[in-house]
Amino acid sequence: MTSHDLRAEDLTLGYADVDIVSHLDVQVPDGRITVIVGANACGKSTLLRGLARLLKPRSGAVLLDGKAVQDLRSVDVAKVVGLLPQTPVAPDGITVADLVGRGRYPHQGFFRRWSPEDDAAVEAAMEATGTADLAERPISALSGGQRQRVWVAMALAQDTDLVLLDEPTTYLDITHQVELLDLLTDLNRAHGKTIVIVLHDLNLACRYADHLIAMKSGAIVREGAPQDIIDADLVSDVFGLSSDIVPDPVSGTPMVVPRGRHHVATPAL
Amino acid sequence: MTTTTRPPTPSPAPARAGAVADVARITGLVVLTGVLVVVAFASITLGTRGVGVSTIIRSFTDYDPDSTAQTVIRELRVPRTIIGILAGMALGLGGALLQGVTRNPLADPSIMGTTNGASAAIVVTIMVFGAQSLHTYVWFGFLGAAAATFLVYAVASFGREGATPVKLALAGAAVSAGLYSLITGIVMTNLDALNEMRVWQVGSLASRGWPILHQVWPFFVVGILAALVTARWLNGLALGDDIATALGQRVARTRGLVFVIVTVLAGSAVAACGPIVFVGLVVPHLARAICGPDYRWTLPYTLLLSPILLLAADIVGRLVMRPGELQVGVVLGVIGAPAFILLVRRRNLAEL
Repeated sequence: MTSHDLRAEDLTLGYADVDIVSHLDVQVPDGRITVIVGANACGKSTLLRGLARLLKPRSGAVLLDGKAVQDLRSVDVAKVVGLLPQTPVAPDGITVADLVGRGRYPHQGFFRRWSPEDDAAVEAAMEATGTADLAERPISALSGGQRQRVWVAMALAQDTDLVLLDEPTTYLDITHQVELLDLLTDLNRAHGKTIVIVLHDLNLACRYADHLIAMKSGAIVREGAPQDIIDADLVSDVFGLSSDIVPDPVSGTPMVVPRGRHHVATPAL
Repeated sequence: MTTTTRPPTPSPAPARAGAVADVARITGLVVLTGVLVVVAFASITLGTRGVGVSTIIRSFTDYDPDSTAQTVIRELRVPRTIIGILAGMALGLGGALLQGVTRNPLADPSIMGTTNGASAAIVVTIMVFGAQSLHTYVWFGFLGAAAATFLVYAVASFGREGATPVKLALAGAAVSAGLYSLITGIVMTNLDALNEMRVWQVGSLASRGWPILHQVWPFFVVGILAALVTARWLNGLALGDDIATALGQRVARTRGLVFVIVTVLAGSAVAACGPIVFVGLVVPHLARAICGPDYRWTLPYTLLLSPILLLAADIVGRLVMRPGELQVGVVLGVIGAPAFILLVRRRNLAEL
């Protein structure tokens, strides 16, 4: 793994007439797991899409190793930054091996077609995600958890040092959410990949993030290690939720316990 | 799921199932090439007694103008068959590319305005210059098809995201409907146009001889060769614009380029034979049913299956109404519709 510097400078992103993210500066810590959290419509997915150059900046820039991504060749960026969008679509009848193989696109060219190197990368990606046994199965025959691991395998086959994932746990039950986040942690620790995840679940975010970014209304409210930045005020500010923060009995990381209007037996801490 | 992660130790390499499938797919292509040769031979020799390969060759190398068989083969059958093969390939590949680039399983060059564009150009020509011979229509048909497709693409490109699959489908429907009104308007008031349209509107290989082939073959060849190298792009686009971009594709540019190729393919086919439906719609689905959704295989399969289908339908059309003939466009509709329904019922074609 070579180290890379992905950052946004004075970045403004939006759709149609609306700015979703405005004048934002952020740097993705190299070799770490960064998790972006925030309420619905706070701009966290938009920021991720901007970092993955799926959205053209209104102003400012996304810089990869000091150069604006818009000015770099698209395939060159694709060798460094991979992305798993929120709801990826797979063509009917495609097999796991075929899908994972399509991650090799940026490494092939007009004259350089499929090579043994591609085979090795696909095999390694399927091994790392535990999908090797599924290789010849059609995607449509897989469970949600298996399917998500296959998509991660595709992103791995792309062999990028940075992998960005937009709410990868959305349609998974709790078991498979944990399984997927464990897998991403493995990839970070064993392969040194820099990982950026947009997550809904605040407690899983606190547990798995090395670096947490809390967003509200298109701006970063606070960022840092979860234990340094998470407190009841932040949760109240970012999510508009009254809560208690206790140590996670398993990981020791902050755990957010919401205080709703009902079933509240203790006074606020 | 108990095996979340395993260290990437080299596992004993199992015989890769993918490799076995590749061998089967290559065998399939070889078989289809053989079938195409047989169908082409039948198309050339049909109804002529005692004609073999030697007669066909002799009609070119050692032409005897007094021999009816040789003249029929040389002047009618061979060019008709070659046009059938090229038009079949162009229609099939055009459909496959369009389905791939729009991720719309019902995409077919005709819904992108090509057919009505060509028809409109031809009726306007007749209205302005009067009825012409078939090979004069070729250029106007081609230009009309190209102009209509360009218009569809331009309309769909408005807005930030550019020509998305949904906008393309809507623009195609709108432009086609507009052109259809124009055609109907002219045909209702111009008897020449009505008579010419009546014949042209049904796609056919009949009376397509060397003059037409000489006009369109370069477009066919360039379009077909260009189409065959788009497989990697289509494989990327099949995963959605986001992943295609993340994989390093320049989606808007790729889509525009594929559209140009489709225009050349569909434009030359409609110019040479008139509108022939079904090949572009059905054959790519047939190909996918055989070889799966990888365009590196789908395109070669479409390349071979399309002319087989077109020539076979043309042969059927020549057999059923002897000594007259039924246009290939009609035959394809009659055979194609039930075949397509069967295909839809057997497999769920939808998501592309």
